[in-house]
Amino acid sequence: MKKFLRAFTFGIFALVPLFTLAASGGMDLDKADNDLADKESLKRGFDSYVSYCLGCHQLQYQRYNRTFTDLGISDEDGVAKYLTNGQKPGEHILNTMPAKDAAKWFGSAPPDLTLMARLKPGPDYIYTYLRSFYVDPERPFGVNNKVFKDVGMPHVLQSLQGLRTLDEHGNLTEATGGSMTAEEYDEFSRDLANFLEYTAEPNKLEREAMGYWVIGFLVIFLIFAYLLKVEYWRDVH
Amino acid sequence: MFANLMAWIEKRLPLMDAMNKHAAQYPAPKNFNFWYVFGILASVVLVNQLLTGIWLTMNYEPSGEGAFASIEYIMRDVDYGWLLRYMHSTGASAFFVVVYMHMFRGMMYGSYQKPRELLWLFGMFIFLVLMAEAFMGYLLPWGNMSYWGAQVIISLFGAIPLIGDDLTLWIRGDYVISGATLNRFFALHVAALPLVLVILVFLHILALHEVGSNNPEGTDIKKPKGSVPLEEQSKFQFHEQYTKKYDIVDAIPFHPYYTVKDLVAVVIFLIAFCWVMFFAPEGGGYFMEAPNFEPANGLKTPEHIAPVWYFGPFYTVLRVIPDKLLGAIGMFAAIIMLFLLPWFDRGVVKSIKFRCTAHTVNLIQFAVCFIVLGALGTMPATPINNLIGTIATFGYFGFFVALWLYSKNEKTKPVPERVSG
Repeated sequence: MKKFLRAFTFGIFALVPLFTLAASGGMDLDKADNDLADKESLKRGFDSYVSYCLGCHQLQYQRYNRTFTDLGISDEDGVAKYLTNGQKPGEHILNTMPAKDAAKWFGSAPPDLTLMARLKPGPDYIYTYLRSFYVDPERPFGVNNKVFKDVGMPHVLQSLQGLRTLDEHGNLTEATGGSMTAEEYDEFSRDLANFLEYTAEPNKLEREAMGYWVIGFLVIFLIFAYLLKVEYWRDVH
Repeated sequence: MFANLMAWIEKRLPLMDAMNKHAAQYPAPKNFNFWYVFGILASVVLVNQLLTGIWLTMNYEPSGEGAFASIEYIMRDVDYGWLLRYMHSTGASAFFVVVYMHMFRGMMYGSYQKPRELLWLFGMFIFLVLMAEAFMGYLLPWGNMSYWGAQVIISLFGAIPLIGDDLTLWIRGDYVISGATLNRFFALHVAALPLVLVILVFLHILALHEVGSNNPEGTDIKKPKGSVPLEEQSKFQFHEQYTKKYDIVDAIPFHPYYTVKDLVAVVIFLIAFCWVMFFAPEGGGYFMEAPNFEPANGLKTPEHIAPVWYFGPFYTVLRVIPDKLLGAIGMFAAIIMLFLLPWFDRGVVKSIKFRCTAHTVNLIQFAVCFIVLGALGTMPATPINNLIGTIATFGYFGFFVALWLYSKNEKTKPVPERVSG
């Protein structure tokens, strides 16, 4: 039995690296190092999202008031700042771009981004993607992306980041011509990635916090369950 | 007053008697080991699936337009909806983990052999229904992998000559997978199949209690009446259904001894279960696959369509056989072989402990092939993967053929009369 137990435990742990391998999807991504508990970062990310992304990318499963509550924005502030077109606080975060036209303009309609951080390999992907546009005259909008080949999206953040090119080794050069320094733009991308990790699963922090309590309870319960078993089994031995 | 009421009921429906027969006075061998907890764990997961399933149904919308959004509604707007959903999705994978362990236990200790063939068959029908239940449940979130996974599996029926195309049309209720397919899968997943499953589990337990539990040594704890001196019989009191025909040895009542022991196992299992559920509900992309975080899209095939891990072994058998029809036959044959296991094994000694060395080697190679087939099922079909998969497929089927051959005149070790541990 001990041998089986050992083999079983080994088998379970052998699965862990397999999981990690699958999660990375084999892509070379920069680490976003974002922190879901950093509300200021989430607020900045939300703000940037509304300013730069929402025009094309909806968050159709995420509600305004839920976002306000989770990010620590008061309802009055949130309504005054973000609901300028008379939307109700309980509405989903939508835009008014008709999907049919969008498909005509960009080749395919810009996807909803609520769950993007779970569809793609996490916030690291979004962080890397936002920083990986480069000049490619063969593309309709003059830019291509290193982690998303032949992407249909123009470099919307060009005024902030500037433009990068590919050198002869296929590496990205320093960006030039943007209003932000490279560090500022990294920070900006990190906040956006952080915000999109939040929208992909608004309950993530609550889930993990609850997990510690539940497992803590079970571990203590295990001690008593084991003692109970020992007590009863005195009759058998 | 209460005692009178109980007596009144007992006279009309002997509930207490049934409880005694199946729990408090059911003789269970005293030497169950680690491998014997998985039946109980499967029941725990079954109850989890039934209860969380009912609550999920309250907010789920079974339509092509609304299904995906209703899942996100459950995840965000329903109080603790995310918890219910993760309990259900983690439970689906956990179900197969414990059922595979449970089946392997039966193979190791010969729990399918005479007189437990029918018990094994009920178990196999449970496994079959469970696979159908999981397959249909997997379509319900209406994610893109749900959609394409179902597309691949349903199209298998198209390989059947003559009726194939009409059959797939009949299953889908449409020319492609659509809301119509989703509706019927929902009905089968939440009503028809769970009902069948619960009935089969009930029959599985009844059949078990009729023939009695096997044990790691494969010895019989029921001896002919009058053959064992009283002081060597088990000192516990058992139900007269068992004692009127047999002398019971080396047994203890299921309740309280195994209920308290299984409680420990259940808590350990729950710790592992909760660890996945709270800290890695996606199971690294194996329990919830990434393409399922975008809605079903008939025009956009995921880069790599992989079945959920628990279908991996059978999917690989399908894939390594080049012809589609033969592949489908091979896949179903892989399951049918398991059904026929009691008749492939012509041996009389049950436990691996007392059988020939060839049997140990054979069983280990079978387990290895099964795991290899499972792992390959989630990977892309490269030439090298197909080669390994072909070898493992031969190993899988070879297990049954070899078993049939050596079990006829098998050199076994002497089986002890009584449980030694």
